[in-house]
Amino acid sequence: MITRRSALMAAVATSALVAGPALAEDPIKIGNVMPYSGPASAYGTIGKTINAYIEMTNAKGGVNGRQIEFISYDDGYSPPKMVEQVRRLVEQDEVTALFQTLGTPTNTAIHKYINAKRVPHLFLATGAAKWDDPENFPMTMGWQPSYVVEAKIYAKYIMDNMPDAKVAMLYQNDDFGKDYYNGFKEGLGDKVDMLVAEAPYEVAAPTVDSEVINLKASGADVFIIIATPKFAAQAIKKSAEIGWEAQRFLTNVSLSVGGVLKPAGFEASKGIISAGYLMEEGDAQFADSPELLEWREFMAEWYPEGDVTSSFTVFGYSVGATIVHTLEMAGDDLSREGILAAAASLKDYDAPLLLPGILINTAEDDFAPIEAMQLQKFDGESWKRFGEVITVD
Amino acid sequence: MATSEENMTGGPAIPRAAAASAKKSGSSLGTIVLAVLVIGAVILPFASKNFFIFQMTQVMVYAIAILGLNLLTGINGQFSLGHGAFYAVGAYTAAILMEMQGVPYGWTIPIAGVLCFVAGFLFGLPALRLEGVYLALATFALAVATPQLLKLSPFEHWTGGVQGIVIIKPDAPFGLDAVLNPDQWLYFFTLVIGLFLYWLARNIVGSRTGRALMAIRDNPIAARSMGVNTAVYKATAFGISAMFTGVAGCLGAIVIQFVAPDSFTFALSVALLVGLVIGGVGWLPGALLGALFIVFIPNVAEDISKGLAGAFYGFFLIAVIYLAPQGAGGLIRSGLARVKRML
Repeated sequence: MITRRSALMAAVATSALVAGPALAEDPIKIGNVMPYSGPASAYGTIGKTINAYIEMTNAKGGVNGRQIEFISYDDGYSPPKMVEQVRRLVEQDEVTALFQTLGTPTNTAIHKYINAKRVPHLFLATGAAKWDDPENFPMTMGWQPSYVVEAKIYAKYIMDNMPDAKVAMLYQNDDFGKDYYNGFKEGLGDKVDMLVAEAPYEVAAPTVDSEVINLKASGADVFIIIATPKFAAQAIKKSAEIGWEAQRFLTNVSLSVGGVLKPAGFEASKGIISAGYLMEEGDAQFADSPELLEWREFMAEWYPEGDVTSSFTVFGYSVGATIVHTLEMAGDDLSREGILAAAASLKDYDAPLLLPGILINTAEDDFAPIEAMQLQKFDGESWKRFGEVITVD
Repeated sequence: MATSEENMTGGPAIPRAAAASAKKSGSSLGTIVLAVLVIGAVILPFASKNFFIFQMTQVMVYAIAILGLNLLTGINGQFSLGHGAFYAVGAYTAAILMEMQGVPYGWTIPIAGVLCFVAGFLFGLPALRLEGVYLALATFALAVATPQLLKLSPFEHWTGGVQGIVIIKPDAPFGLDAVLNPDQWLYFFTLVIGLFLYWLARNIVGSRTGRALMAIRDNPIAARSMGVNTAVYKATAFGISAMFTGVAGCLGAIVIQFVAPDSFTFALSVALLVGLVIGGVGWLPGALLGALFIVFIPNVAEDISKGLAGAFYGFFLIAVIYLAPQGAGGLIRSGLARVKRML
């Protein structure tokens, strides 16, 4: 990676020598920090995919004739290391914008700093709702649907299709779980009485079995599981074991078939509803989709060591395309202000690999790019999408 | 005052007469080196970018933490894999006092120091029964438990849970903000506290207490038979060590402007231990070299190869241990001895 970068820099240096100091020929520097090491290193795949996407873009001539220099550092998911790396990007490498910095605690650590420095902090890799706050943090913008958006989609579906439902919710007692909990209540609006039982659990807890049993005792017929993979598998398994015949909803965070539904048991997982926004390799519905074909070609040529069955490579490709599109929209004004203005005025942008019907829209007072998802049901083998794409504001 | 040579563990025996002269020239050389370092440290923030100043502030913060660990491991011979926990206590003390109680940041440092001394002393009492690897394991448990305890909901009102606490960066006081930006100010603030703590550590080591601590390290039974109350001294060593590390945590929180449970994982305790061994166990100035290693070498490794950064870091670590088995302290000492022989 570094050799390619230095090669690029050498190339730029030579061209500068030949053509004299032509500022317009400088590469656009985009900074990024990812956990390439440490407990969350699986996410590093996203950074590698983006890097490959940018290399491909540069090989095709870059953006508006300018190359993109993607500088990505490792923070090992440690907030202090994130602060150091981001300061290195801003103060030493002098990047024009930060892009896809990953993690909620890590981004919280730099939130104030980066806004005080007035460096665009775009399309973060975290689903927290707080990144959509242009009034107080005009530099920071998320990308994926926030947890609040997803919770509101479930609330909307339940109100439309099961108006007499009694809902029980299991949620992780942290910012991730609380975003869902608050979002769901907000989504129910004046029908908030539908939520009859709730049970927070601690990440440090060994199991959630007793919480599930208590929730069943409330007599609810809808069970919403807002849990990270291990606890989600426990909740699915337990609810099936005790014969609770509720319609279950599962957070997008834990929809992995191999990581959650298989350990919980395919039979026990049948009928669960979740929501998604990206296409997946192996989904028969999109077998011949030109977007997936293009992505497969990209993977074969630019990131052959990458895993095509991983959702992270799909995610990285789609968000990589979004930043390149944003730079294109900025046109000749590739200053910080120009890039931020372009990011805040995306109109009906159909980023590759987003589900059909999901478009990216932003405005000066709307820093939430993706606000639509489609529901999907687990049929005992795989997820099957159903219904329309649901959008919430 | 004890010279650094005396504090080294397991070094080759130096003949008495040579040692006496070495001690004299060594200490005058040491003073010169220290003076040069301090002058360099004062000039540095006016000659470099804010980012580098910030990195050097971090180096000093880690150096203070390693100094604390060195007092425990190098001087008293007790192992700890849990100093990240004391660092976290110091950091959270600063964050909670500053953001929730409105305490000025300067006051959080003595408070964090006292709090961590008490915490370390209390932890040291039950740890008295444990030796070597068993103590290492007990402190390991402390390091693993800390981030989870910080996330628990009963404490969330103060700790902010997983969200952590964001701290406002202090400006330079007394009208100094006209000449110093916040990064430069924090650098000098950390430098002054670091020098004070280094002076304190050297005096502790050179005092009666220090000799008792070293006697316990070298031969606990002999120390006890000479009338040293090993229980009190060992627990005190834990307390002092935790105090240093807690002050470092407090400074670290102010410099980073953010605390969260994920900042204080087991990796932090290991980093401090690495810094200790690299710098030289029992050699106090080694803390600075150890801190330089843990701040800069991961970046160097990452620059060489992103995919293999961990492997390169490991390679550097093995290379240092192989070339300088007693850390930087041992290397410097053997280098000096060689120069002297040539002369």
